[in-house]
Amino acid sequence: MKQTISFKLNGKPVTVQVNGDESVLTVLRTNLDHTGTKYGCGLGECGSCTVIMDKEAVRSCMITAEDLAGKEITTIEGLSAGGTLHPLQKAFIAHDALQCGFCTPGMIMNAYGLLLKSPNVNRQEIIKGMDANLCRCGSYNRIVDAIETAAKELNKK
Amino acid sequence: MDPFFGQTEKPVMYDRRKFLKNLGGGIVVVFCIGDLAMPELYGQSSPTEDLNFNAYLRVKENGRVDCYTGKIEMGQGVITSLAMVLAEELGVSVYDIDMVMGDTELCPYDAGTWGSLTTRFADPPLRAAAAEAREVLLGLAAERFGIPKDQLEVKEGTIYVKDNPAKKISYAELTKGQKIVKSLEQKPEIKKARDFKIVGKSFISLDAEAKVTGKAKYTGDIKLPGMVYASIVRPQVYGSKKLKVDASGLKNFEGARLIEKGDLVAVVHTDPEIAAKAAKSIRVSWEAPPAKANNETVFKYLEDNLKEGKVFEEGGDLKTGRETSKTLKEASYHDGYKAHASIETHGATCYFEGDKLTMWASSQTPFGTREAVAKALEMPLEKVHLKQIFLGGGFGGKIYNDQAVEAATIAKLCGNPVQLIWSRNEEFLYDKFRPAAVVKSAAGVDGNGKLNLWEFDIYCAGTRGTNLFYDVPNNRTRMFDQKGIHPLGTGAWRAPGNNTTTFARESHIDVIAHAAGIDPLTFRLNNLKNERMVAALKLAANTFGWEKTKKAGHGYGIALGEDAGTMVALIAEVSVDKKTGKIQPVRMVCAQDMGQVVNPLGAVLQTEGGLTMGLGYALSEEVEFEGGDVKTSNFNNYEITRFSNTPPIVCVFVDKMDAKPEGGGEPAIVCVGGAIANAVFDACGARVNRMPVSPERILEALKKV
Repeated sequence: MKQTISFKLNGKPVTVQVNGDESVLTVLRTNLDHTGTKYGCGLGECGSCTVIMDKEAVRSCMITAEDLAGKEITTIEGLSAGGTLHPLQKAFIAHDALQCGFCTPGMIMNAYGLLLKSPNVNRQEIIKGMDANLCRCGSYNRIVDAIETAAKELNKK
Repeated sequence: MDPFFGQTEKPVMYDRRKFLKNLGGGIVVVFCIGDLAMPELYGQSSPTEDLNFNAYLRVKENGRVDCYTGKIEMGQGVITSLAMVLAEELGVSVYDIDMVMGDTELCPYDAGTWGSLTTRFADPPLRAAAAEAREVLLGLAAERFGIPKDQLEVKEGTIYVKDNPAKKISYAELTKGQKIVKSLEQKPEIKKARDFKIVGKSFISLDAEAKVTGKAKYTGDIKLPGMVYASIVRPQVYGSKKLKVDASGLKNFEGARLIEKGDLVAVVHTDPEIAAKAAKSIRVSWEAPPAKANNETVFKYLEDNLKEGKVFEEGGDLKTGRETSKTLKEASYHDGYKAHASIETHGATCYFEGDKLTMWASSQTPFGTREAVAKALEMPLEKVHLKQIFLGGGFGGKIYNDQAVEAATIAKLCGNPVQLIWSRNEEFLYDKFRPAAVVKSAAGVDGNGKLNLWEFDIYCAGTRGTNLFYDVPNNRTRMFDQKGIHPLGTGAWRAPGNNTTTFARESHIDVIAHAAGIDPLTFRLNNLKNERMVAALKLAANTFGWEKTKKAGHGYGIALGEDAGTMVALIAEVSVDKKTGKIQPVRMVCAQDMGQVVNPLGAVLQTEGGLTMGLGYALSEEVEFEGGDVKTSNFNNYEITRFSNTPPIVCVFVDKMDAKPEGGGEPAIVCVGGAIANAVFDACGARVNRMPVSPERILEALKKV
């Protein structure tokens, strides 16, 4: 039986028909065509599917659709919704902190969650806070640089 | 090239006139290989001469330029570097170029994106085509103004009269209403390094914005009307044959359809998760092949079963070498199976329209995939169309595209557009792993610290990069291999074989240097015969500060390697905790002679990326298996490099802007295993002869110290 679930996606209310036990990742990608969030492992081991749920970075492959009700979700598409890139996105470009780009949305969303929690994060804390996100192309050092740059930029505001 | 890789089927080209007709107006440059002698070995050219065009571009009526290439973008950055060389020669901005990549109906044939070949072999024809287009445009402008070409100059897509810059005309105005097809038969004058305005300058990846906004499209992001998601029922053991199918459980899943053909058993559904659950409900009895080996016994298994060696290189006399060496060391080096582990798994999305199949696939070989699909489904080649799409990593693993054949087969049988994305578990079972390998090495030195003997027997790692760059009078390199020897699927993994052989060679060079009581840097400098390698090593040692005093528990390690025409010298510093065996990489310095560097930032990215990825195979990656039963199933039991074990990395290049470009995607990674193993030895005295250098292996080796 399908159930109806309402939540906020990138600031806008949405209602979807779901089975209930499918992953938030599937709902985002399949039901709502938000394909910026990626499948990498399905076990919460790689972080490619990271989104923000109520101000916290979560693995969307590990949360079921029924737990979405009433929540606020931000995905990579929501970061530049107004047409301007978020400082994290700008910094990822400026440091060329990506190669194939497949882990990038998850990296940026995890960093976004990290900066929400600790705006004055230092390099060691960035490494610790990002350690469960995997990048096979090897952009780690540049990603840390980009997050440092973005944190400085955000703290200026 | 390794023995089982690099043989490419000859392509069948379809009608060139049709191909050009579909393009519309503008100026098109077709490049005929003919006299330019592109090496056929690399499969970049098609055999039918009159259809033999290899790189081409189109200056459109709006002044923008389409660059067509059969290469694909998987993170290696050629979407940027190819645009740069085109912009350089044509005289336009990099940002006015649209890259059309890997589309089998629009792009010239290409055998595959592999072997660090793009910059070496796709650049030259592209530069020539762009130079030719520039000459055509200059010719049109000269006619228009009624003055000779040499009184004109090009800047950012506009042609100016040199002594009267107010008199100018843009490429857009010149191409309007034109349809000029120019076939390039002679090599036009291309720019010298001193005239470069773009090549040699750093450009940020042109696809970066698409990738940070989630707009970049990958195979799984394509959604088609009426599309169903496919999930395949897999055996536990690789190579199993289907005996019996019980699909009675499928009735519990409304709308799920069973698809069966040969050993392929799949379920399709409009909901991907229901398709996956329904597939799990199907019981298939499989007949598994007998287990040949597991991850511990495989090395002995390979040695026992490969008795016939082929000599690859030899010189002098081994017996004399042994008798006259003052110090002699022999050892065996082992390397297990490694997964490609791209974060994007293999996928394909496709649909039939009548008898024609259109497909997006995560493929490093769109033309090869087209052939494989056409062959499997018994379709004419021109009825299969692979479209351009980004790849979420490749590293050699996406040369192989069984998933494309599976998706096409399922689409044909079910009648709907189909998306098939392999799960991470399927990715580990069906990866074409970097082969497990053994290298047996013997080295001898005379009383003056000069290498006198080198014996190198390679089992299953090929000979790529093993031409001796050390000067050894008595030497022999042999290769032992046999198709079908491995219990798992194997294939090309970023610099095929060269990671293993470089680990073995550079470890053994350290072993013999220490045995002779000579510093590993001095020993290498005294024994190298390749001047490019000497320059790279000196640059690395100076940048690193080899003479710097080490902290307690820290060690330095050098490894030298040659790959894809590039010379690599890597020096790593690690710290080792002798109680736990835990290793922390502290820093890495990599010097390379890669000839002309087109995009310095891109080259740094590839080097950093290769070194970072390489730390995984050096420190933690190893596929566990029992016969064809692959125990490794996800990232929780296959540990790739993380943020926390990536040290600061410094990349330096030997300045060679006038030289031709060499490979950049693969070379650096080959040195990581050797540099880490040698640094670990320097830090704690543990000589680990097997990749990865895990804490357990360090503790085991320390017992022997």
